[in-house]
Amino acid sequence: MTGFIIRRLGQAIVVTLGVTMIAFALLHALPGSLARDIIGNRASPQAIAQFNRANGLDRSVWYQYWLFLQKLAHGNLGYSFQYNRSVDSLLATELPRDLVLGGLSLVLAVAIAIPVGVAQAVRRNGPLDYAGTGISFILYSMPQYAIALLLIQLLSISFHVFPSEAPQSASALGMLTHPAGLVLPVASLTLVTYALFSRYMRSSAIDTLAQDYIRTARAKGLPERLVLLRHLLRNSLITLVTLIGLSIPTVLTGTLIIEQVFNYPGAGLEYFQAATRNDYEVMLGITVLVGVITVLGNLLADIGYAILDPRIRY
Amino acid sequence: MEALSPTGVKVVLPEGGEVASAGSPWRLIARTFAQNRLAIVGVGVVVAVVLFSFVGPLLYHTDQFDPNLAEVHLPPGTGHPLGTDHSGFDILGRLMVGGQSSIEVGFAVGLIATSFGLIYGAVAGFFGRAVDTVLMRVVDIGLAIPVVFLFIFMAQVYKPNLTLLIVVLSLVSWQIPARLVRGETLSLRTREYVEAVQVMGGRSWRTILRHVIPNTIGTIVVTVTFQIANAILTLAVLQYFGFGLPATTPTWGSMLSDGTTYLQDGYWWEIYPALVIIVLTVVAFNFIGDALQDAFDVRLQER
Repeated sequence: MTGFIIRRLGQAIVVTLGVTMIAFALLHALPGSLARDIIGNRASPQAIAQFNRANGLDRSVWYQYWLFLQKLAHGNLGYSFQYNRSVDSLLATELPRDLVLGGLSLVLAVAIAIPVGVAQAVRRNGPLDYAGTGISFILYSMPQYAIALLLIQLLSISFHVFPSEAPQSASALGMLTHPAGLVLPVASLTLVTYALFSRYMRSSAIDTLAQDYIRTARAKGLPERLVLLRHLLRNSLITLVTLIGLSIPTVLTGTLIIEQVFNYPGAGLEYFQAATRNDYEVMLGITVLVGVITVLGNLLADIGYAILDPRIRY
Repeated sequence: MEALSPTGVKVVLPEGGEVASAGSPWRLIARTFAQNRLAIVGVGVVVAVVLFSFVGPLLYHTDQFDPNLAEVHLPPGTGHPLGTDHSGFDILGRLMVGGQSSIEVGFAVGLIATSFGLIYGAVAGFFGRAVDTVLMRVVDIGLAIPVVFLFIFMAQVYKPNLTLLIVVLSLVSWQIPARLVRGETLSLRTREYVEAVQVMGGRSWRTILRHVIPNTIGTIVVTVTFQIANAILTLAVLQYFGFGLPATTPTWGSMLSDGTTYLQDGYWWEIYPALVIIVLTVVAFNFIGDALQDAFDVRLQER
């Protein structure tokens, strides 16, 4: 087990390094000059050379990458020259708000997907199963922003129930004090995540239902409710650990899109704004962060799965 | 697929089994597939959408190049069955033309990404050890890079065209088939017939191409279907990020994206036709993929 964790950890580090390398290379290849962006089009060649020297931009690509890695090792994600703020401090205000959106949606999606998935598996090929499958197929086949647009059309434009813009509070707690504005972004991201979960949950529950221990539980006369609760549900939860780990890219991309649609003040919206103002260090910082979270999610899912299911041996 | 001819597969069947009545495994697959009503609906929808996009414009002539500013935002009615958009283009005609690029991108990405992932995964799984470790870490890196990031980057650097779009989408799609095929190859390479080829001195490449890859046909067919669905969907999302094709090459995604600008104005006909056709097409491909998965599973069960 320890060996497995160490090996898996080593892989995670290699993959993280690869992500930083590719992100750095791509951003480095972008046209335009940072010096021109910061000190203006009419800056003298001397001023530009000085700026480049001060920021290490006159050194080789490898040296710049090395500088970047060094800073990264100290938890420094870069500096936004457009805002004159460190990317860390920028993200420090945004990530808690992202956590509200992503966290609430993830919890809600799980809370819906488990009972619905189990119910579909128990009543396999019944009307309820077909309805559930139909809904998740449609959600799964929609561009993420279209789900948000439909909700806006229905609940914001046709019936003025909820506002179509997210609250613009400075803190995560502030977001929570305006629940009406949170409803549509959270509901949209919940549906995006649910579309992914429901398909797995149903087939996992069907697989579990076919196991011998379920038959044993039924044969010894355990009420169906207890069979489902104690034997089916508990074992389906193991799948959930993997599922949450794997869903992280979907949740993050979903967050990006949903934030854009609802003008939700988070890292995703920041990413778009950084792209339009050529704030490469912000883009690079967020990309690396997203990559690291994805790798961590997969790592935790693998390790959690190995711990939860004692039958798995590596 | 020569190696999967009925006779080729019968060699694999266990001796003593009375299999004469079972017929060809392909017939079994086809029968299971045909029994799935959703799959038939899926095939019907795909055929209809392809005909609509490629044959439709021959029957229903519209001008999709010159904006007609005298006829912008017209609701559905005579002359324009689905109305007109913000540039005065006929929406029904634009759906047809937009379908061409959407379908072309979908099929091209599905085929390119799966073919590359297939060979990549088979090589990784077949050689194992260091080769496998290195190749699979590259896949992991690809999967960990936020796709959207790549698109926003591309949108800033390059002028998008159909070929570039196909390349970029393939670049972010081949990792999943690679992983699936690698997993299957790991188990296939320990099978007797693969070992036999090697004992007889067969080259590694020949073994991979003639004996490993043909046996992953089920996974491949299913993956291509899902990849096509995903590519059409991602294309639609891409337009939303501004990484679209120029207005002379409309796609369903760009129509949807343009239409949503007028969400507040109530021009529903500029949004929903494109949304409906995207969802219909993607659902249809997903139905087909699911049914194929079931059909190939049945083959494995009865074997």
